[in-house]
Amino acid sequence: MTLAGLSLAYLKDRALNTALNILLLTLSVATLVILVLFSSQLAERFERDAQGIDLVVGAKGSPLQLILSSIYQVDVPTGNIPLATVDLLRADPTVAEVIPLALGDSFRGYRIVGTEPAYVENFGGVLAQGQMFAADYQAVIGAQVARETGAGLGQKFVGSHGLSGDGHDHEETPFEVVGILAPTGTVLDRLIVTPVGSIWAAHGFEAPPAEGSTDDHDGHDHDGDGQQDHAAHDHEPDDHAPVETEHAAHAGGGDLEVTALLIKYRSSMAAVRLPNFINKQTELQAAAPAVEMTRLLSLLGVGIDAVRAFAILLMATSGLSIFVALYSALRQREGDMAMLRVMGARPGAIFGHIILEGVLLAAAGALLGVAVGHAVVAASAASFPQLRDMGLTAARFEPAELMIVMAAIGMGALAALIPALKVFRVDIAKTLADTR
Amino acid sequence: MTTPDEPLIEVQDLRHEIAGRCVMAAPAFTAAKGQHTLLLGPSGSGKTTLINVITGLITPTSGEVRIAGQVMSALPAAQRDQLRRRTVGVVFQTLRLIGALSVRQNLALAQRLALGENEPAAIEALIAQVGLTHRADARPRELSQGEGQRAAIARALCAKPAIVVADEPTSALDDANAVAMSDLLLATAEATGATLLIATHDNRLRARFDRTLTLAPPRVAA
Repeated sequence: MTLAGLSLAYLKDRALNTALNILLLTLSVATLVILVLFSSQLAERFERDAQGIDLVVGAKGSPLQLILSSIYQVDVPTGNIPLATVDLLRADPTVAEVIPLALGDSFRGYRIVGTEPAYVENFGGVLAQGQMFAADYQAVIGAQVARETGAGLGQKFVGSHGLSGDGHDHEETPFEVVGILAPTGTVLDRLIVTPVGSIWAAHGFEAPPAEGSTDDHDGHDHDGDGQQDHAAHDHEPDDHAPVETEHAAHAGGGDLEVTALLIKYRSSMAAVRLPNFINKQTELQAAAPAVEMTRLLSLLGVGIDAVRAFAILLMATSGLSIFVALYSALRQREGDMAMLRVMGARPGAIFGHIILEGVLLAAAGALLGVAVGHAVVAASAASFPQLRDMGLTAARFEPAELMIVMAAIGMGALAALIPALKVFRVDIAKTLADTR
Repeated sequence: MTTPDEPLIEVQDLRHEIAGRCVMAAPAFTAAKGQHTLLLGPSGSGKTTLINVITGLITPTSGEVRIAGQVMSALPAAQRDQLRRRTVGVVFQTLRLIGALSVRQNLALAQRLALGENEPAAIEALIAQVGLTHRADARPRELSQGEGQRAAIARALCAKPAIVVADEPTSALDDANAVAMSDLLLATAEATGATLLIATHDNRLRARFDRTLTLAPPRVAA
């Protein structure tokens, strides 16, 4: 039996009090850990998914919606823009690359993105099996899509109209899986990519005669919020990108559109000039991912800060609770402390034993808090597909968690400090006489 | 350190005052190795104060106590703690067992503090000697008064101290238990060769000791 063993024995001796203090600290640490995991993984995911993209061009509407739908694939698009915009921007000397996106269909909830191989390359996508798409109706699927749907090379599937997966099926235009991507840890993992022409064809359009050539789009009536009429389909208005929309009757490619363009600048001059130039166009808007995501994170940040403040308050409360528990316990144990001195325990050793009691309490609460925090994140990711799709995982530890644990343990030591310091002032004979 | 003939306890002209009032004035006496001494005195005679001075818990106003040849009050606090730890075992009337620990753990902690290590076999032997083998895992609150007294005696002896002092160990006990308690203290001290000093106002113990000292209440100065 050592003084450390005595610390444990005292904690066990008042089990309910100990358990309540641990529970209080567990709740605060778990809340902080959840915040850390969520905010760090969210920010990292945002950054990873927007890598290499300087500007997004799409239909007028909410710039944040444009970014969310085009880069993070989590919102409905603002509308479509004329295909001619691609050539217009490709001709701009300050633009290094333009990647078109055509959205509007999905397969079992996974979005089908009409694009070019450059889109895959932008995320560092590497084929684990098969080859890159080379013709319409060939599809390359992300690692998560392959894992969740069990799709393999050569398998055919039919896309559903709309992005939620409950639209009608394009049964007449099945896709064939020609490639499966290795995991990238980006949005690409949960996408099905195919040539833009596949999307056009699935919706009754013909691709232009030569790659890059576009037709005049004058005379099309896009309404202000990016929603369009749907003469040929009866769909929920917020369920899909209207790639085909009113143009269903215009087979022949004359009115081809894309949903958005991802732009990479060639020079920093582009950042100054291009957004203004695009925003002056009546049908177009330009949104910078960095700006919009900073705005979103600052909006989310208000909520996160509020929860963080609450968790810190909870931690301070648990520190106070540990202090009160130790202080009152040590008042009851003053006779024990005096007896330990009689038996020869040095004041410094008793001081250490009391500090250890606070540290043990805090360490138990902190470690349990980390475990509970990760368990809650794991349960959330399992329960909410949006969080899982966002890449939220409990199997990752952030350096900030170590800081939280250290802070909690430090707080436990601090809470024990004042009661522990009393041991240096104890009058053994008087205490023994007073505490019979 | 003491030589074989040197007394383990030496008390000389000991006097202690609190706020100018004398609370203890002890006659000079010595206690040799293995000697058993009963220190009798009525309530208020300063027995507990004398025990506290002998164990180095308080510094007397005047006079000195030598324990194993060393003047307790002249030692720095750390050395005083060390001397007490290695030399003196104390039994209090109120037992003062650690409530969160079992009987066995109480002994183990005391032994660890005194010797810096545990000797489980010695602890078990001592527990058996005081008849508590079946109660070794019990907490103090689960013990009867008699069992608690025996546990407290075992704890005082578990570090094999050269001196065992007991402050009113029988005052709360009935006759039978008081006799049993004193017999146990005597027997265990005899077995370990410890010098035993019992301070009490309990005259029932007088017959069991071959040496009795009387502590008179200090006279208030006119």
